[in-house]
Amino acid sequence: MMNPANPKSIRVDLQLIANMIEPDTRVLDVGCGNGDLLEHLWRTKQVDGRGIEISTQGVQSCVSAGLSVVQGDVEKDLKNYPDDAFDYVILSQTVQAMMDPRGVLEQTMRIGKRAVVSLPNFGYWRLRFYMLINGRMPVSENLPYEWYNTPNIHFCTIRDFVRLTRHMNLTIEQSLFLDEAGSSKTIGNSVSIANWFGEQAVFLLKK
Amino acid sequence: MKKEQAQANRANVAYGDGAWSLPGERVRLAEQSPLQLDCGTTLKGVDIAFQTWGELNAEKSNAILICHALTGDHFVAGKHPVTGKNGWWEEVVGPGKVIDTDRYFIICSNILGGCMGSTGLQSKNPETGELWGRDFPVITIGDMVRAQKLLIDHLAIEQLFAVVGGSMGGMQVLEWACQFPDKVFAAVPIATTARHSAQNIAFHEVGRQAIMADPDWCKGNYLAEGKYPHRGLAVARMAAHITYLSEPALTRKFGRNLQDRDAVTYGFDADFQVESYLRHQGSSFVDRFDANSYLFITRAMDYFDLAERFDGHLSKAFKDTPVRFLVMAFTSDWLYPTYESREIVNALNAGAANVSFVEIASDKGHDAFLLDEPDFHQVFEGFLEGCAEHRGLKRNGR
Repeated sequence: MMNPANPKSIRVDLQLIANMIEPDTRVLDVGCGNGDLLEHLWRTKQVDGRGIEISTQGVQSCVSAGLSVVQGDVEKDLKNYPDDAFDYVILSQTVQAMMDPRGVLEQTMRIGKRAVVSLPNFGYWRLRFYMLINGRMPVSENLPYEWYNTPNIHFCTIRDFVRLTRHMNLTIEQSLFLDEAGSSKTIGNSVSIANWFGEQAVFLLKK
Repeated sequence: MKKEQAQANRANVAYGDGAWSLPGERVRLAEQSPLQLDCGTTLKGVDIAFQTWGELNAEKSNAILICHALTGDHFVAGKHPVTGKNGWWEEVVGPGKVIDTDRYFIICSNILGGCMGSTGLQSKNPETGELWGRDFPVITIGDMVRAQKLLIDHLAIEQLFAVVGGSMGGMQVLEWACQFPDKVFAAVPIATTARHSAQNIAFHEVGRQAIMADPDWCKGNYLAEGKYPHRGLAVARMAAHITYLSEPALTRKFGRNLQDRDAVTYGFDADFQVESYLRHQGSSFVDRFDANSYLFITRAMDYFDLAERFDGHLSKAFKDTPVRFLVMAFTSDWLYPTYESREIVNALNAGAANVSFVEIASDKGHDAFLLDEPDFHQVFEGFLEGCAEHRGLKRNGR
């Protein structure tokens, strides 16, 4: 356990997610990895946090750190949770790795009053140029996988995701993109700009 | 000779007033208000044999109750007074270990119906002055837990910091969380199930039939007849023991290796090491366990179905539970496979309960929870650590 007075720094996108979450709330982190975000939320915002993670190693490190995390398959297990069980359900870099991203987002909105979704933006200009010039699926520092071994099977752009939220009648309460300098900017109505210059995006969604 | 020795052991240790000579503590409870049993009868005056380790802190907030399995007892750590071997959870319980005796106050009691000092078939029926034997009421996991609750009340502990146990111990953990959710801060059911399956019942029935087929069982009256169904009990243990292991574990340990010989003998001696091993497991078990107790305790496990009293909805057993759960299963456990643990987890998630669940990779089968499994120990310890922080227990537990 780390010292509560001195929380360790977390990844920038995780910090953006954390900023969207009110203290003393109930949070489910779907695909929580090794639990960095959950631990941060507990230390800094006293949230009552839970997680789901598929990898044995991830779950073991979470539970060993005192976090409440269940080993399971997000696409099978979300249906077990009751409606509105959480104030926030977090999908951090998770939707693009799902077989059924829309189904997972629907379950997320059912069990959470709000959702926080972060995703890599496939519309980012460097990725567009990579394909244009190389004619190959982009490989970058943030997306280091080859097409044949990537867990990210359902890439989308910021514009794609905004479109899905409209189809699902979701309200975007906040939206941010991260540029390559690592600074965050509001997406708001400038979807085009965000879609060109955002490497990642974070959305706070409400039913 | 062996049989005589076994009977001498039993006579000295477990039967009637002999149980008082065992190390550890023993209290007589339920003397004023009798213990209500699921079968409809009551028990007045219930003896509970137990052991404790560590010190209870001033707030009485660091107590961990360990629930033992079918053939376990309250000699969890240290030398077992009957077998002379290490306690059954020596790997987990001790100074600086997962369940740290320097930090927590640890309690383990022999279950109701057990044969190591708590009221059971070897106790005297206070109404007749005779040993209970087969006339002992058929008990349930719920009855065992209500008996443990008497002990915890006797120790004046408002809330247990944790209730933990594997296999049948895990069933008791689930019962605790279900019956007394406010008395349990954290619950750790390991390698267990919320409902004994048809396959589990089937294996138990084989064991029971083996005991009852032994003419020395004497329709359950072997004590009065001066006999003991050691062959039947040994076969029951051998069959059960196979279910505690796994095919890879047996292969690794024995393969098809021969026992003290270079070739098969074309007979029915223990040609193979695995046969010799099982025979040893059977015969050594007979020296420390009572045949009728085996019948009764396996029956209690067969009757276990936590969802039954909630119209088949397990989630209702844990509705609005404040308990923090850690459910653990082992990949090679085919007695209580991982999907049975997942059912518990799904039921808890249905109530958005605070639950952690880890499936530990091990090829050692059901018995993995008793063995040196570093991942299991690390997760278990980390969970208790996190709970201690939430409970406000200081590092030294005081």
